[in-house]
Amino acid sequence: MSATRTVDVRVDYVSRVEGHGNIVVTARNGEVDDVRFEVTEPPRFFEAMLRGRPFDQAPLITSRICGICSNGHVLAAITAVEDAMGIVPSDQTMLLRRLLLWGEIIQSHVLHAYFLVAPDFFGVGSVVPLVETHPEVVKRALRLKKLGNHICDVVGGRAVHQVSATIGGFTRLPTPEQLRELDRSLAEAQTDLAATIELFAGLELPAFERATEYLSLESSADYAFFGDTIFSSQGGTTPVRSYREKVREHVVPHSSAKHCASDAGAFMVGALARVNNGYSRLSEGARQAAVALDLCPPVSNPFKNTTAQVVETVHCVEEARAVIATLLETGLRSEPPDPAPRAGRGTGAVEVPRGTLYHEYAIDEEGRITDANLIIPTGQNLANLEADMWAFAPYLIPLGTEKAQHTLEMLVRAYDPCISCSTHVIDLTESGKEVQR
Amino acid sequence: MDGPLRPTKRPRLALFELASCAGCQLQILNCEDELVDLLQLVEFVYFKEAISETGNEYDIALIEGAVTREADETRLRAIRERAPLVITLGACAHPVGIPGLKNAHDSEEPGRLVYGDAAGYFPSTLARPVDAIIPVDAHIPGCPIHKDEFLSVVTALLVGRRPPIPGYPVCVECRLAENPCAFDRGALCLGPVTRAGCGALCPSYGSRCYGCRGPADDPNVSSFEALLEKNGLNAEDVLAEYVLYNGYRALGDQALTMEVSR
Repeated sequence: MSATRTVDVRVDYVSRVEGHGNIVVTARNGEVDDVRFEVTEPPRFFEAMLRGRPFDQAPLITSRICGICSNGHVLAAITAVEDAMGIVPSDQTMLLRRLLLWGEIIQSHVLHAYFLVAPDFFGVGSVVPLVETHPEVVKRALRLKKLGNHICDVVGGRAVHQVSATIGGFTRLPTPEQLRELDRSLAEAQTDLAATIELFAGLELPAFERATEYLSLESSADYAFFGDTIFSSQGGTTPVRSYREKVREHVVPHSSAKHCASDAGAFMVGALARVNNGYSRLSEGARQAAVALDLCPPVSNPFKNTTAQVVETVHCVEEARAVIATLLETGLRSEPPDPAPRAGRGTGAVEVPRGTLYHEYAIDEEGRITDANLIIPTGQNLANLEADMWAFAPYLIPLGTEKAQHTLEMLVRAYDPCISCSTHVIDLTESGKEVQR
Repeated sequence: MDGPLRPTKRPRLALFELASCAGCQLQILNCEDELVDLLQLVEFVYFKEAISETGNEYDIALIEGAVTREADETRLRAIRERAPLVITLGACAHPVGIPGLKNAHDSEEPGRLVYGDAAGYFPSTLARPVDAIIPVDAHIPGCPIHKDEFLSVVTALLVGRRPPIPGYPVCVECRLAENPCAFDRGALCLGPVTRAGCGALCPSYGSRCYGCRGPADDPNVSSFEALLEKNGLNAEDVLAEYVLYNGYRALGDQALTMEVSR
């Protein structure tokens, strides 16, 4: 009987991602035996915590699911509560909501591309050594990140956990002076954006491809960040209100995390899915960036999620300028939100940095939340990430454990997982024992 | 804890995360204008969200998040043994923040609602602040922390001063900002009993204070009670709001009793 050769690839606590996850790959005699991306974050129980709270606290509470995409949660919660209570937001409100979302997307994408992903390509463990070796790269990253936060400051009062967007509108509006000043900052970002495209176009991403289903919101008007329809790259659309039919959560035996599947199985959401599905609706500069970054659809290399984020950063900057121009032209009107409680059930979906975010609430006559369901982009991507790991691992194992570990870490990072976000349904179990660090 | 804090030279910082949204550590990364200088003054030896390399020797432990598992307690005790200074970041770590909302439910209900029949696989304890487990040297309050306050605390620690966190209530800053009082439009505002330092941000944006920075040192309770009475509000109304961020202090003892008696 020949000896069994077992290769274990294990990365405890993948760094430079938001939250706590482990990679486990086992191969026996060259055959990949097991693949897991374990999530070991504390349980959060947001759906339960929302029960009994007043409807207008849904955005406040759910934004605390995640500091990085807090505005995304605010906007999904608002959209869902408004759907439940039959409130239709004004055009001005929708323009301001777009700005608030785009500010967050710029901030989040820049943080991910420069701080979390780029160090791998410079051969360092973080952005810190780059302060000495590539100060211009670090300073550019900080300027662009600040630009995203600046938009959120102007519209929402602060970048993390904004304080002005609420059910029915905004409790405070930006001044025309603030908007003009913001527009100047956006205009000045052109040089930094061009340098960013150049930097990321020059990175040699692992050449791995695996066709999958890409899901994103669809809108007839624009590159959709808000919308009532879910679009699939494999054809077909689903109304957002029927999201449970398209995006089905299930428990998998090897993981404490709930995974998601559509009819076709694992699917991907996020920047790459959106660029694949909405390429023709990108702003002109963003389409040029996509060409420079070799991102003309269909793209099936998940590592390109990061370059898709660069494309979206360009899009959001350009579109933010267009929205500011519209707001300044029409003038900002005071529209104090004054929503009256009404019983109902509603759903809201928003494209947030990492993909489609679904919120659903039931509200009673007194305006109390009686039921809540939240489906987070990272949770939707977990099954697809593992499918990629299954497909990629056989090619990585022969390269040695260290190389395999590092490349798989890069793959996890490419998805930009936001693990704190997904832990409203995830817990640490024995499989992910907390190691004393 | 009282008494002067020891000054340290280029202190090594370690950032640990418990149950939280990571928004407070993001606020550190959001110090875009100061980050390059900050990295000259301090060394981050453990900051998993931003840095791959990890070190086990540190001078200051920064802790974000609430305690929700037994494993968190073990981890905190080990950190306390290593760290000369332990500083909490944000409302989850103190007074307990949004994770404390869970405490309003009986301890099994949240798991059952989220996980259904599989709830038994997802043990979770009462949400508690860090100082319910280990002594803490200073709290940087807020949901999230304000980056200027973070920088001023780091500066204070570098020169061996006690961090400058105000003890007076939010109302002081709100009046300075010349905001109309939220009570005048019929809202219940926790500004009179909540620690200032946020510049009364939420009331300044047409909202009201939800109490994210925890209780002020010496709030004028009788004047708050008078204000409530004048507006037809009672202690129950206040408690319903107060549990949003202060669910350990408000409900903790009661829930603990339930847990122990089980």
